[in-house]
Amino acid sequence: MNAPMELARRHRLQWWEALPWIAALACFFAFPNYLAFGTQVLVTILFALSLDLVLGYAGIVTLGHAAFFGAGAYTVGMMAMHWGWNEPLSGLLAAALVAGAIGLASGLVLLRTQGLALLMLTLCTMALLEQAANMGAEWTGGFDGMPGLSFGKIFGLFGFDVLYYKSQYLYALATLLICFLAVRTLVYSSFGQSLTGIRENLLRMHAVGAPVRARQVIAYTISAALAGVAGALFAQANGYVNLAVLGLERSAGVLIVLILGGYGRLYGAFVGAIAYMLLEHLLAKAYPTAWQLGLGVTLIVVALFARNGVIGMFDALRRRFGGTRT
Amino acid sequence: MSAAMLETRDLCKNFGALEVSREVNFRLERGARHALIGPNGAGKTTFINLLTGALLPSRGNILLEGEDVTSLAQARRVKRGIARTFQINQLFRGLTVLENVCIAVAERMGVGGSMLRAAGRHADVIAEAMRLIEMVKLQEDAGRRVVELPYGRQRLVEIAIALGLNPRVLLLDEPAAGIPSAESHILLDAIATLPKEIAVLIIEHDMDLVFRFAERITVLVSGAIFAEGTPAEIADNAEVRSVYLGTALDG
Amino acid sequence: MDLNSLISILLGGMAAGMVLFIVSVGLSVTMGLMGFVNLAHGAFAMLGGYAIVLSMRHWGLPFPAALAFGFVAVATVSVVFERLLYAPLYRARELDQVLLTIGLNFALIAAVTLGVGPETQTVQLPGWLSGQTDLGLLQYRTYSLVLIVAGTVLMLALLFGFERTRIGARIRAAVDNRRMAQSMGVDVGRLFTLTFALGSGLAAVGGGLGAEILGLDPQYPFRYLVYFLIVVAVGGLGRISGVFFAAILIGVLDFVLKIYFPKGGTLFIYALTLILLLARPQGLFGKKGS
Repeated sequence: MNAPMELARRHRLQWWEALPWIAALACFFAFPNYLAFGTQVLVTILFALSLDLVLGYAGIVTLGHAAFFGAGAYTVGMMAMHWGWNEPLSGLLAAALVAGAIGLASGLVLLRTQGLALLMLTLCTMALLEQAANMGAEWTGGFDGMPGLSFGKIFGLFGFDVLYYKSQYLYALATLLICFLAVRTLVYSSFGQSLTGIRENLLRMHAVGAPVRARQVIAYTISAALAGVAGALFAQANGYVNLAVLGLERSAGVLIVLILGGYGRLYGAFVGAIAYMLLEHLLAKAYPTAWQLGLGVTLIVVALFARNGVIGMFDALRRRFGGTRT
Repeated sequence: MSAAMLETRDLCKNFGALEVSREVNFRLERGARHALIGPNGAGKTTFINLLTGALLPSRGNILLEGEDVTSLAQARRVKRGIARTFQINQLFRGLTVLENVCIAVAERMGVGGSMLRAAGRHADVIAEAMRLIEMVKLQEDAGRRVVELPYGRQRLVEIAIALGLNPRVLLLDEPAAGIPSAESHILLDAIATLPKEIAVLIIEHDMDLVFRFAERITVLVSGAIFAEGTPAEIADNAEVRSVYLGTALDG
Repeated sequence: MDLNSLISILLGGMAAGMVLFIVSVGLSVTMGLMGFVNLAHGAFAMLGGYAIVLSMRHWGLPFPAALAFGFVAVATVSVVFERLLYAPLYRARELDQVLLTIGLNFALIAAVTLGVGPETQTVQLPGWLSGQTDLGLLQYRTYSLVLIVAGTVLMLALLFGFERTRIGARIRAAVDNRRMAQSMGVDVGRLFTLTFALGSGLAAVGGGLGAEILGLDPQYPFRYLVYFLIVVAVGGLGRISGVFFAAILIGVLDFVLKIYFPKGGTLFIYALTLILLLARPQGLFGKKGS
């Protein structure tokens, strides 16, 4: 096949891309008792997907992405708590706006730096928000957070029930689908190609006259908004917000999920979140220390030998044994 | 005298106490085929970096068609038509040849920030990229990833990317570096077929290539212009021979 | 506020700062040398703390001997890690280094939890360190004063080694310009192994000396990661005196803020670090990089 047709084909939606969504719907009917867990997985996928945009495509290494997840969660939490604003969809929108605004503001100043300084700055931004949430107890509930939040019905029809996650699951699934389509469109667009260019070779990107920093800031902002939506979903589905939504642990966690799945390849977020959370669900409660040890060793092995994650390993195998590239 | 395509006036660059460019007064005429030669460390690549805006000069001016571009950012100079290749390949190694060239063409056509349409559906960008890829005779490899190509062909991708910016001035930094001699004819062909209207400045150590290609040669030594003239004048210049050309030409 | 409480706050903050300095100084040099993002440095401090506490408890080593033991043990272990795990990633992307060292943190935390247990460990200070010393104006904890003296002496010794010895000169040259140093025949890899061992050993001593102030339990590496990194970022990569002053600054600031804003004083430290790094990415005391 000639190269232009191949390129156009790769960017078109493929039939198999419907499979994960069909599988997700099948899970809804097959495992009615695990919908709470399923909802957490969907939220994590969305969060990891947002990180993929900056880390996998724009090549910005950040340790502070939970800042935006937390900003989204606290936005809907505080709106519901203090203003009684508990309509879910507008809550998602508000969370996206707030997190996006923080992303834009911090991106404009942070992305002037790179390397270690950038890593530190993202870390400090997150720590700053965490401390602010801890300190402003009147607004945020401080250390205890905001338990027992209640949210309205979706379209005035489907209510959230913290015991049965039926509505939450479908709501999270629909939100994830919409966000995924947006991210997919973005990464396959010329803008997405130029982000990949920035990741692959910064020097060359400058030399072709691309406005490198503006592109990075835009990507950072969009990614922050998506992370905010993920955080808002988390708060709405579970009915609480606490400090854990914006700690180092959450930032490191989502980084691990994305890396294990494979970054810069859209579906890495899905594979990583499902694999990680299933294992965590099965092992972490029963054998917390062994889980931690296994996780640590896995990360070391991945860093040393499998730098492109699970999907990357399959890709490499397929390339070795012939066949085309996706 | 009419304005040159690209001109420098008393261009100087210091790194601390180290002077890497000294009062360089240089003219690149329209449609020129001009070579810049000199021993290692003469400041040739620094000179290119100054022209493209990757480095800012300590003193002096750079004029593009008589217009001062000394303080313009690199991206703006690219838009005005100054493109370059690198001495060591600077490519998007994980992407295909077509994608590499498309990124440059999309930037030039002003659609590099377009978010809604898939890159694969910008027919005009792709057609233009394919035209350039054919110009450097890489059409067979258009769908292959750059890492999978032999080094010599990667050098051609460098040139195709630079051409994708629709330059008026093309700066080639040692285009033949690292190419095995068996493959160098591909590169010579590509350079020979560059559009006539583009002013080309080439830095090269391969004297064979320089004398075949250049209509004018500038010799740079220790950051300053040592001699300039037609290839015949340079070849006959005893001083140039003694400092630099001697062994290269006799061999 | 009277003079006595001012002095006692300053001394308390300085003692904490000394611990931060002893732990972080190695991190500053190794990150400056190789540009390696090492997020597992705190884990070496934790290992040292455990080695020191356990060797005192089980073998009855006196405190100074236990410190020496912690230094040697962790320096040795760190060389093994450096050769096996760090060396293959010298030229790798930042992200891989982040991943590796986060993984190392997890693994070491789990190993310590499995081997020793999740509870907080305490250091049994010998009698001559646990009393009060009369400073004329006020009485102050002997141990804090010893920390301040020890930290200052260490800083001077390191500075002397850095400025006056051949190895020190090589390290400085390599931090300033790795490529240039390499082309002049400096084996940066060996230099890195050496400084890595020294830095990890010092971190171990810091972990033991600071157990009094920072506590010692398996969560130590993540809890103080941001603090160690801030000290290095503010002090500047590969700047011993810079890290020293940054550590004192942050130690005192943290001490004061914890007294006056117990609920969220660290907010200011993060905010200040943020502003500082934006204005001077190379740190308050760092040299401008090329």
